[in-house]
Amino acid sequence: MSAQDKLISLARRPKIAVHKFSSCDGCQLALINDAVSLLELATMVDVVHFAEAGPLDEFAEVDLAIIEGSVNTRHDTHRIEMVRSKAKYVMAVGACALTGGIQALRNFTDENELRNWQHAVYPEETQVIIDEDLATAKPISAYINVDFELPGCPINTGQILRAIRQILFGVEPERNVDSVCVTCKHAGVTCVMVARGEPCLGPVVADGCDAICPKLGRGCYGCYGPAKYANMDAMINKLKDMGLSNKQIQHKFHHINSQAITFHGLGKKL
Amino acid sequence: MTANNRTTKIEVPILARVEGEGALDLEIIDGKISKCELRIYEPPRYFEKFLEGREPNEVIDAVARICGICPLAYQAGFANAYEAAFGIELTPWIRDMRLLMFLGEWIESHYLHTHLLAAPDFLNYRSGIEMAKDYPNEVLRGVKLQHLGNEILKLLGGRSVHPNGMKVGGFYRAPREEEVAALILKLEAALIDARDVVEWFSTLPFPDAEVPFKMVSLRHPTEYPVFATEVITSDGESFSINDYDEHFREFHAKQSTALHSTTLSGEPILLGPLSRINLNFDRLPKHIQEMAQATGIKWPSRNMFHSIIARAIEGYWAIERALEICRNYTYTDTSAISYTPKAANAWGAVEAPRGIQIDHVCLDEHGHATSIRISAPTSQNLPCMEANLRSSLEEFGLDKPDDELRLHAEMVIRNYDPCISCSAHFLTLNVTRQ
Repeated sequence: MSAQDKLISLARRPKIAVHKFSSCDGCQLALINDAVSLLELATMVDVVHFAEAGPLDEFAEVDLAIIEGSVNTRHDTHRIEMVRSKAKYVMAVGACALTGGIQALRNFTDENELRNWQHAVYPEETQVIIDEDLATAKPISAYINVDFELPGCPINTGQILRAIRQILFGVEPERNVDSVCVTCKHAGVTCVMVARGEPCLGPVVADGCDAICPKLGRGCYGCYGPAKYANMDAMINKLKDMGLSNKQIQHKFHHINSQAITFHGLGKKL
Repeated sequence: MTANNRTTKIEVPILARVEGEGALDLEIIDGKISKCELRIYEPPRYFEKFLEGREPNEVIDAVARICGICPLAYQAGFANAYEAAFGIELTPWIRDMRLLMFLGEWIESHYLHTHLLAAPDFLNYRSGIEMAKDYPNEVLRGVKLQHLGNEILKLLGGRSVHPNGMKVGGFYRAPREEEVAALILKLEAALIDARDVVEWFSTLPFPDAEVPFKMVSLRHPTEYPVFATEVITSDGESFSINDYDEHFREFHAKQSTALHSTTLSGEPILLGPLSRINLNFDRLPKHIQEMAQATGIKWPSRNMFHSIIARAIEGYWAIERALEICRNYTYTDTSAISYTPKAANAWGAVEAPRGIQIDHVCLDEHGHATSIRISAPTSQNLPCMEANLRSSLEEFGLDKPDDELRLHAEMVIRNYDPCISCSAHFLTLNVTRQ
């Protein structure tokens, strides 16, 4: 079924819920941080659950559940299923919800190492943590069926309001397929890699931020995850030519979106 | 428990209008609070561990992700630590821009908190959205001020959540003079709004919530504290941030499995706007001191509910200080100092909107982190928050209906503007869940 068919039965004034899993809260802020947007949102939909903004009704039946954060505790594996069962549509937002986010760097540890981390950070009550922690921080789609996804670390206000409007029009939110490079070219930003020798992941990273980092004169570090058409081998060759060590290159990709398939494997050249 | 004991259990499963997710368990037996536990169920994320081995500027980008509400506090705290470790002397231009950017975060955070999160409590609304229907002008004014804070962050960091402008030694880019000039008119207008906000808040009904504990803040040699290396307390103590561990300790509180901070003798401490204004009143310009006196509050105040006024006054100061920096701005080619990494250990501290954010790094000869410690203000405030809840609820009257107790408890907690996702890189869930 296409999204259009699927969305045809959506209520004219849908009920929405915003749920947080393991995250920094930064994506929810796209709806609060510029509070005008929250007031604007309230004119389009009924916000029935959004703990950070006030409304609380965690178990309400809703048309759209917006989910921030990754799943890394046993408790949350049950909670995410509850959220799915109460929602007609689920939209995962942000790097944590889409790829596990920065905390998914734990996924590179083995059992012993994670145990060491748990003991180091929680020396006294470690067992409590061990009992509840999962070995991995995973995206929402690893546990439930997700209808729509918005990438970004964090997502931004325009992006989420646009997505909600598109859903209200019965259209699936569009996914940006271009790389950051395309935005730089459109905006006339001088290439930081070519002109200044700054390592930049722009060629393989999806746009969505409007090329913030190159505009600041620094290289992109990958907030919006891999671009649809990413030539990782060429990217890695370029970074090597610039004198970066394998470890440095690995750190660049194993950062905000380390579990995105394109970044996880790092291409064949490393 | 005997049959004639009155036992009330109140669970507030999710605290509304705090950042991150936490819960409070309250148990009343025989008219006394027998249990008052702030449960935090933010899953651990292990920033301290996965950042080991990372380069300095990677850490600056990464620590923003600890908290979407105050990302800059972490970035600035760590930048301060790295700069101390590498012996970097910042230029006056960089120091001004660091302050300007951080004031942007204060402005954004304070007006978000006071208008959308805290004020609805005082006026009996469940949310800022609901309050906006009856107070459209006030809410819009607050939102506009918050927006201005975001604009400052955007100017220097490209965006307000997880800004990208700061690096060890300075900034990636210096703004052009016309970009800074564009802020001046807005800041001038904001100053008038900010004064009105102080006046509005001073008319709110303030319940009583006495905090009898030691108040702690940073102390700047000449002005109101944002970045500083001296710590002072309401007991007249004064010491360097490097000696933090000789005065405060962090520990796991058994019931919540959360790291808490107290004095070495186990006394809760209070960080944040109320402590800052109490301990640094003399560092506010004269006319702002007069504005604070005109609210009718006697400073120093120990009533936690006055925090909303403290934030409004700090907001005014922040806007005025930001305006001064913008008016004196000149462009530079040297937006950052170059440096040679070296092996060192160092502390870095900032006054985050909700209190002292203090970090410690151990670095190898490449400047890569070998160990990291992060102390967020919310977790340092937890023992104070729990003690404050107990006394404030007992004073409020434990025989009140559960719903009223619940609302009052939430209101007390919100005075702290707790940022639970911040603290949760070392706070975790209580598994007495049933």
